[in-house]
Amino acid sequence: MKGTIIKLDNVWKIYQMGEVKVEALRGLSLEIKKGEFVAIMGPSGSGKSTAVNMIGCLDVPTKGHIYLDQHDISKLSESDLAQIRGRKIGFIFQQFNLINTLTALENVALPMLFQNTDRETRLKTANRLLELVELGERMNHKPNELSGGQQQRVAIARSLSNDPEVVLADEPTGNLDSKTGEIVINFLGKLNKEGKTIIMVTHDANVARHAQRIEHLKDGRVVKRS
Amino acid sequence: MLKDYFIFSVKNLRNRKLRSWLTMIGIIIGITAVVSLIGMGQGLKTAISLQFGDLGTDKLAVQASGGFGPPGTAVVKPLTKDNLEKVKKVSGVKIAAGRLIKPGKIEHDDHAGFGYAASMPDGDARKLIEEAQNLEAESGRLLKDGDKGKVMLGSNLGEQDAGLGKQIVVGSKVLIEGGEFEVVGILKKLGSFILDNVVFMNEEDLRETLDVPQEDYDIIVIQVQQNADIAEVQQRVEKVMRSERDVKEGEEDFTVQTPQALLGQVNSILFGVQLFVYIIAGISILVGGIGIMNTMFTSVLERTKEIGIMKSIGARNSSVFSLFFIESGMIGSIGGIIGAVFGVLFALGLAFIGKSLLGSDLIRAEISPWLVIGSVLGSFALGSLFGILPAIKAAKLSPVDALRYAK
Ligand SMILES: Nc1ncnc2c1ncn2[C@@H]1O[C@H](COP(=O)(O)OP(=O)(O)O)[C@@H](O)[C@H]1O
Ligand SMILES: [Mg+2]
Repeated sequence: MKGTIIKLDNVWKIYQMGEVKVEALRGLSLEIKKGEFVAIMGPSGSGKSTAVNMIGCLDVPTKGHIYLDQHDISKLSESDLAQIRGRKIGFIFQQFNLINTLTALENVALPMLFQNTDRETRLKTANRLLELVELGERMNHKPNELSGGQQQRVAIARSLSNDPEVVLADEPTGNLDSKTGEIVINFLGKLNKEGKTIIMVTHDANVARHAQRIEHLKDGRVVKRS
Repeated sequence: MLKDYFIFSVKNLRNRKLRSWLTMIGIIIGITAVVSLIGMGQGLKTAISLQFGDLGTDKLAVQASGGFGPPGTAVVKPLTKDNLEKVKKVSGVKIAAGRLIKPGKIEHDDHAGFGYAASMPDGDARKLIEEAQNLEAESGRLLKDGDKGKVMLGSNLGEQDAGLGKQIVVGSKVLIEGGEFEVVGILKKLGSFILDNVVFMNEEDLRETLDVPQEDYDIIVIQVQQNADIAEVQQRVEKVMRSERDVKEGEEDFTVQTPQALLGQVNSILFGVQLFVYIIAGISILVGGIGIMNTMFTSVLERTKEIGIMKSIGARNSSVFSLFFIESGMIGSIGGIIGAVFGVLFALGLAFIGKSLLGSDLIRAEISPWLVIGSVLGSFALGSLFGILPAIKAAKLSPVDALRYAK
């Protein structure tokens, strides 16, 4: 029986937009076990990104608790969050979010710089990860010299560079055609087989199919599990 | 780690080359101005000290000055022979010499030039002047009592390229304000632009040739007796001069100064000029600093998304701060280095032009390593200082908001 790695307990997130309050999450609860591949589905604006950002320590909930490895992270300071984020979480975004001034290799090595890893290890690891996503030949290319699919593979490599326990992918195929999307998802599947916990946001049922189970969100709450 | 941050910053600066350069211009101009002007000022001070240096501490100079009255009405009342005679009698005064220094025209070999003619007094007073001004003959001899129709020339006038046609040598004939004189001697170089271009002649000749009233003097040089207190002698001379010229204390139309005081005066004028220049340079540096701040704020705004990305992959606030802080510090120090190089070149160039065009040693550059090191460190500090606020702004961005920021 595998342990729980992430647990959201009645989480609320309310954004104050001037006069109006936006309730992005309204009592969201869910649990994810170590080594699972979970898809989060739901219509646009249902709070998927908000949820993933909080799991990834980018933000804290307005109410409720989030546990990562049994630790409550809902009240931590920004510097503690940055620490956990850097070590335990790998992010993959819809817009790839690579740094345009850096080469593929430097992009993949950057998260390690923020963990004060020495230069040699950084380059070695980044090298290995780029080989893993089959971009060994493109290491010294800048993002704008790569196709969308290739950029997303660089992003996958980058998400792995500090060997995180959890990889969060927010609509990783959203900007890709279905064929390149398929390739990217297959890489995520491969990572999962190697033991990484993967949480993937998507609103494409074909993509969600690759996950072991699906959490359906609507209006900031889970409405269905499948 | 720091090294990697530096590399990252260099990349970012390179990526915005034009803007980086434009931002640096303010700092470059400011530092160029500071380095070259301090260098020149220091050189000028040294040059002046050198010239006044051997005048000794036992001499006083009396000069007529504007005196007391509404601005613009002041006409300098020249010193007189009577003044000189009275000063000679002041106790503690060993020798007093009256001198005339007048602008005039010199002609030779159908070429003309303008400069100063200075009179030499007779007797002991002549010795005093020769000693006070370090006059020695390079060729020929010095003037002596009774030399009529003779002149000795400052070293520049005897040079090949003095601009007066054929080189003037001992025995040459020159026209001073139309009157013919024979050159009996050419002086050794004194290192002073003024003195090295002066025509020296005996007092009588000068009065005749330049049409100076019999009574007038421009300056009275006093040698104080060995055991006398120079400050007391100065006070006594001032008192005598006041009654001679019928002015009240505090309304003097003359000054009695030691060469040291004169040097002090020159230095204080120099200081005033330098202060003015520093203020201008300071303003330009300040504007440069604000330029850096502006550029960095723009950069933070443009790179909001990038900051969000870096935070999402584990960058701490302090890391983000460092990245931007280093970048602005680097703009400052690169600007400072370029400015220092320009400043040194500028000062050396001016000194070179001064030397070759004017033959003047007054314009010289004295650049200490501390000046260069100081200005580079200073501009680094400046860049960092003005980078603090933008860097804090970058560090404080919320990761989620930064990531949502659309370019
Ligand atoms: N930082 C924010 N500030 C204000 N409103 C936000 C912010 N982030 C998300 N929202 C709002 O919260 C709701 C949920 O957004 P999001 O989690 O991005 O949905 P999804 O990813 O499912 O499309 C939306 O109405 C969105 O406009
Ligand atoms: Mg979303």
